[in-house]
Amino acid sequence: MSTVKLHTSPHLHQPLTVEVIMRHVVYALLPVCAWSVYQFGLSALALLAVCTVVCVGTEHLCCKWMGQASTVNDWSAVITGLLLALVLPPGFPLWMAVVAAVFGIAVGKMFFGGLGANVMNPALVGRAFAQAAFTLPMTTWVPSMAPGRFTTFIPSTLTPPFLVPRSISGWLETVAPDGFTGATPLALMKYEQVSTDPTALMFGTVSGSAGETAGLLILLCGIYLAVRKIMDWRIPIGVLGSAFVLSGIFYWLDAERYPSPWFTLFAGGLMLGAVFMATDMVGSPETKRGTWIYAILIGVLTVVIRLFGGLNEGVMYAILLGNAAAPLISRLTQPRVYGTVKSARKKKVTA
Amino acid sequence: MPTTETPTTPPTPPTGLDTFAHGVHPPDNKHYTAGKPITRLPFPAELTLLLSQHFGKPSVPVVHPGQEVVRGEPIAKADGFMSVPLHAPATGVIKRIDWAPTQKGPRVPAIYLTVSPGDSQEILYGAPREVEQLDPKAIIQAIQDAGLVGLGGAAFPTHVKMSPPPDHHVDTILINGCECEPYLTTDHRLMLEQPEDLIKGTQIIMRAMGAERAVIGTESNKSDAAEAIRKVLPPDGSITVKVVETKYPQGAEKMLAKALVNREIPSGQYPSSVGLGVFNVATTVQIGQLLPMQRGVIERVVTVTGPGVAKPGNFLVPIGTPLGFILRRLGYHGSAKYLIMGGPMMGDTVSSLDVPVTKGCGGILVPRPEEIDALAPRRQYPCINCGRCVEACPLHLNPALLGRLAAKRQYEPMMDHNLMDCFECGCCSYVCPSSIPLVQYFRVSKSMNRSLKAAAK
Repeated sequence: MSTVKLHTSPHLHQPLTVEVIMRHVVYALLPVCAWSVYQFGLSALALLAVCTVVCVGTEHLCCKWMGQASTVNDWSAVITGLLLALVLPPGFPLWMAVVAAVFGIAVGKMFFGGLGANVMNPALVGRAFAQAAFTLPMTTWVPSMAPGRFTTFIPSTLTPPFLVPRSISGWLETVAPDGFTGATPLALMKYEQVSTDPTALMFGTVSGSAGETAGLLILLCGIYLAVRKIMDWRIPIGVLGSAFVLSGIFYWLDAERYPSPWFTLFAGGLMLGAVFMATDMVGSPETKRGTWIYAILIGVLTVVIRLFGGLNEGVMYAILLGNAAAPLISRLTQPRVYGTVKSARKKKVTA
Repeated sequence: MPTTETPTTPPTPPTGLDTFAHGVHPPDNKHYTAGKPITRLPFPAELTLLLSQHFGKPSVPVVHPGQEVVRGEPIAKADGFMSVPLHAPATGVIKRIDWAPTQKGPRVPAIYLTVSPGDSQEILYGAPREVEQLDPKAIIQAIQDAGLVGLGGAAFPTHVKMSPPPDHHVDTILINGCECEPYLTTDHRLMLEQPEDLIKGTQIIMRAMGAERAVIGTESNKSDAAEAIRKVLPPDGSITVKVVETKYPQGAEKMLAKALVNREIPSGQYPSSVGLGVFNVATTVQIGQLLPMQRGVIERVVTVTGPGVAKPGNFLVPIGTPLGFILRRLGYHGSAKYLIMGGPMMGDTVSSLDVPVTKGCGGILVPRPEEIDALAPRRQYPCINCGRCVEACPLHLNPALLGRLAAKRQYEPMMDHNLMDCFECGCCSYVCPSSIPLVQYFRVSKSMNRSLKAAAK
């Protein structure tokens, strides 16, 4: 025994590490990404690649500038990059995606101190920035399953930096000659009271953001994460459940005006948001009761924004608001410590 | 050298039995030694008897170097109420009184005893007596005289536990046979092999504390022990056995009270405040064995285990036996650099093979060299607020919050979040995917707060 190793207890660790957790989230995102590429072709692939590379690169450079060891090998920047690409329109100009990715990571994450210190989901911070800065491209949608999507880019994708994207109407006529309105199912619902068949929503053959459209696939990936105990199942259940119930109430009150609860579940970004974004542990409360409150808050806010707000999609702001409220929710839902009395109604322990 | 190549056991699934909320399910790895009956090891040439191997004031030596002592003879007396005496674990000659290395690290004074070679080591000290004739006060005195401390690990003097404040009426005794630490099997073997002494000890405690009933609690992975005890229960029904879920830290006093009788021990209070007295199985067996013979604690059962030990087992070892003697005797992996005294969740790594077995030491664990990397600190990430520690803490503390405060050296605000209730079970560190050394943070924070409090006085 020349050298002995000294270490304080406990000497056992469960095998799960942050790196493993993040890696599994990436695995779970890959099918969603693959579907997005299948549906929207080269442009979606380029968007995914650019967002991921820029997110990882930005985090690396920020660490270097702050004189710290690079933290990119924890995979969290990869998740941010993939998620950001999945919530942008497929034909989003790449240079704008670069700006959104830099903003999301630099301002949304690194300014706060990196992984674990960010208040809000960095991918959604990037998207919120893009929504404010590039309103028109953020609402320019393209049809899914366009012919020739694997050989040619959507014209707006390759817009030169700092220029307004070229009009895609010429391209649209070639890929969808019978007329494409350029509206997502949510927009159709909100402004024209036209509902889309929920089956099409579940299998993702509609237009929308690059990765939001395949509701069932996202749900399957979420189940994988929940079974591996990487994701807290309470959050998607709470978000989806509350959104379903609340929109169900409105549908029951006035089926003409309000969408069916099934439509609410599978349209737009609710599924992706509930499974992959609201579940970001950093931005959600750490207590069990708090988690339920947080999830229900997001579900309710989503429906309220969708039905009564100026926007047709509310998931992003609902999650960002939920993130902002999470520390307060945590604080208010601290569990009662063993052997202490929290309030007068708690019964005193008796012999 | 190591012959045991058994793979790690999977975590035990929940059983639906009574238990406490939260906690963790580490692989229990008790298969190395659970089936090995208790055997005796030969006496080493020299014993190291630490004067402070219990909680409280160190014992005061009553022998001088060169003095011959008989096995079982008192060699140090208690220094007041919060202390216990020491007895010679073997017949031999006092060599010197000197500093000795300990499990926790700092050196403390110890009596070195040279064991007489060739002596039969039959106990000569002590005399039979009728425990039934003793009144409660005399029993408690007898327990102090026997040098009994909590053999489950805390080494808190047993007679102090048995003397609750006068306004506390203890109605139920809980006997702790959970042994929730992975690897350890001493209490399991004692319950299997010596259930009569366990019952005798339980009855003595009940009489001393005036309790009407006793519950012996054990985990579902030791149901054979529960069966063995049920066969020898007294017919009056005053003692019962309850099997609870196998979960760490089920053997902690507070968790046991919740699981066995659904009572919560208030923060900062003794179990007697809710009418309970909690005693470990090994302590109770010793009470049942020693008191009728007027003897003292001179040996204990130690589980020597782990993949790094060639012949793992449960051994009756004289107190003061150096770790190195036991390991050389049983054959351990020569390059072992990571030795744990106690269990893997709360035990200490030791820096020297000269560290002796104490009354509180229930296990010696030698992991395989390849396992060392897995045991060594892993890469630490920032807290990602996942809440796994909050879900694990058996006291329902918020380790994530406490850890953030500790990292910022905000020691005093931690007191508002019940820091002092933490008993360092290690569940939070065990589950932390960021590998934050939470328990170590809390140890430091607790001692900082103690010094701040002392400085304020």
